[in-house]
Amino acid sequence: MESMKPNRKSQDQVPVIYLQPSRGWLSLDLRELWRYRELIFFLTWRDIKVRYKQAVLGIAWAVLQPLLTMLIFTVIFGILLETPSQGLPYPLFALSALLPWQLFATALQRSSISLVGNANLITKIYFPRLAIPLSSVMAALVDFGVSFVVLLLVMAYFGFWPGWNILWLLPMTLLTLLTALSVGLWFSALNVQYRDVQHMVPFIIQVWMYASPIVYPIETIPAGIWRSLYGLNPMVGVIQGFRWALLGGTPPDLTMLVSSGVVLLLLISGLFYFRRMEKTFADVV
Amino acid sequence: MSDLAIRVANLSKQYRIGLAKERPDTLRDLLMSGIHRLRNWFSRTQAGHADTPDQIWALKDISFEVQRGQVLGIVGRNGAGKSTLLKILSRVTDPTEGTGEIHGRVGSLLEVGTGFHPELSGRENIYLNGAILGMRREEIDRKFDEIVAFSEVGKFIDTPVKRFSSGMYLRLAFAVAAHLEPEILVVDEVLAVGDAEFQRKCLGKMNDVAQQGRTVLFVSHDMSAILRLTQETIVLDNGQIVMRAPTPQAVDHYLNMGLTKQGERTWAPEELSQKIGPFRPIALRVLNADGAVVDTVTALDGFTVEFEYHLDEALTGLRVGLYMLTTRGEFVFTTFDTDDPHLFEAHATRARGRYISRCRIPPNLMNEGRFVLGVNASAYRIRRFFQDDKALTFTVDATGAPGTQWPEKRLGPVRPRFEWKIEQIEK
Repeated sequence: MESMKPNRKSQDQVPVIYLQPSRGWLSLDLRELWRYRELIFFLTWRDIKVRYKQAVLGIAWAVLQPLLTMLIFTVIFGILLETPSQGLPYPLFALSALLPWQLFATALQRSSISLVGNANLITKIYFPRLAIPLSSVMAALVDFGVSFVVLLLVMAYFGFWPGWNILWLLPMTLLTLLTALSVGLWFSALNVQYRDVQHMVPFIIQVWMYASPIVYPIETIPAGIWRSLYGLNPMVGVIQGFRWALLGGTPPDLTMLVSSGVVLLLLISGLFYFRRMEKTFADVV
Repeated sequence: MSDLAIRVANLSKQYRIGLAKERPDTLRDLLMSGIHRLRNWFSRTQAGHADTPDQIWALKDISFEVQRGQVLGIVGRNGAGKSTLLKILSRVTDPTEGTGEIHGRVGSLLEVGTGFHPELSGRENIYLNGAILGMRREEIDRKFDEIVAFSEVGKFIDTPVKRFSSGMYLRLAFAVAAHLEPEILVVDEVLAVGDAEFQRKCLGKMNDVAQQGRTVLFVSHDMSAILRLTQETIVLDNGQIVMRAPTPQAVDHYLNMGLTKQGERTWAPEELSQKIGPFRPIALRVLNADGAVVDTVTALDGFTVEFEYHLDEALTGLRVGLYMLTTRGEFVFTTFDTDDPHLFEAHATRARGRYISRCRIPPNLMNEGRFVLGVNASAYRIRRFFQDDKALTFTVDATGAPGTQWPEKRLGPVRPRFEWKIEQIEK
């Protein structure tokens, strides 16, 4: 009985796969990616699971990291340098920005090195390669979730209660992930061939952090042309949006649409570039 | 709809050798090679593939078809292109030229345990590995108990696999892969590891797969496994198909490949890896009773096998071994030059210099047929200096051997002259 099954199945419909040299730009074939959604889930789950295995404090690190960073920033920028903070308590001012920022930084950092880190898979088994950077971006969401609870507690401590605006966090978080993914796609594919990328990423993240209104308010940047240029950084809109949705104040302006456009452009080009390079990963990595 | 499972036409794969070296590690390299690559890319797309010295064809013009339900063996020496072919068929890499079509899901056992994470438990790895191999979650749920039973890891299933013994690790990995149900299964040398019992189990499982009418591509260096599991075999050499034939014929051809001079095998220095010293093989010869190097010896007269080698330094405990195998890969015997206790003591240490170890094969031992000689030089349990499992093949002619008054084929690799007595015990 068992032996009949494959035969019958194969007569019904067998997917035919065509092998040919890859030339030019491939289609994105997101349908196939969807078929492999369980793999993306399992890879994400593995990343999360492995990250805190054999760490004594385990998932507590997801709490400590933003808290400690918040403390350091508060001491240096809030107390010693007396950085203005839009009338908010400085710890809250910093933490509300650190939340999306750390999501972005973790996702970008992990996705950039993801392909090389999974070289043993890539050289042995076929699956849509996009699953790898995608799952490492998703894995960053768990830390984010934990940190978010921390943020709510800190808010409560300072007597802040979020209103309905908090729903804006959903599109903001999505934009953060897409920004990380769009850059991560480029970096991960480039890193397969040029390991320079993985050395560059920490610096890029550092520069990017200071180019985002995390430790200082956006008003520090002179209004006008400079502010508009500054606004092209998608994380500027995201961080401002986070603060506004949680704590009130100035909502993000229309430059955010422009920077979202930039992200979309980066994402689509990144996807195509990734797909184009995908077929050589196994040979080069 | 046809019963075709795989069809490939003119498949070629080019690699750049020294690619690893070429991988730029610095920004300057990146820019330079970027320009270089860009230039190459333009000229290549215009002028087709240039066969420049830093590029090699791992596969060249491979064309074949496999019918559904067939078990096809693929043999070839290291570097012949087997793994590249399997990688293309399992879509890990793209061909440089040529096309192929594959009817059905391909499951590859290119290396068992791919994607296993040492920190995760056996249970977690089953799910992870299953997903990587293309199984759905409910499919894994359904087969979970079966997989655990097959792997025999039992109560350790919730232990991180880094604490597994290598045998357990391997069994679990193979168990997951073996429970895939693809239409086409690609198996590459998974049996090279594991103990005999486990290997038997794996072979049994593969046999089941084939019985279920699924297509199997089986790559192995184990000729007896190839002979047992496949009816037809492709022989690859230098990236090309040199033969496709019924398995016994193909295996015979493979074992006879690359022999420069009949009755003698010599090793050129460049054939040997750098690490080979202090034992350097020079030649292996088959000599007839008159001392001439020959391809065919007679069973009636016996013959001599001699192995010439050079020791770059004095070696203690060296033993030079000789294996005789059938062309089906079954061992006939193994013998060492210091088997004799007297010789063992007399040659406990061999000084630097050139040596010949001679083994006299007595008359009336071998049956007729083609045999393979393997050689080995080692210090027991200390170090293996050299090994070549198919150094030389030769033919034994049975003319005049016991029982040749009946012109029938005798089974078995040996045909000794035994002592028989015939007694009449009742009238």
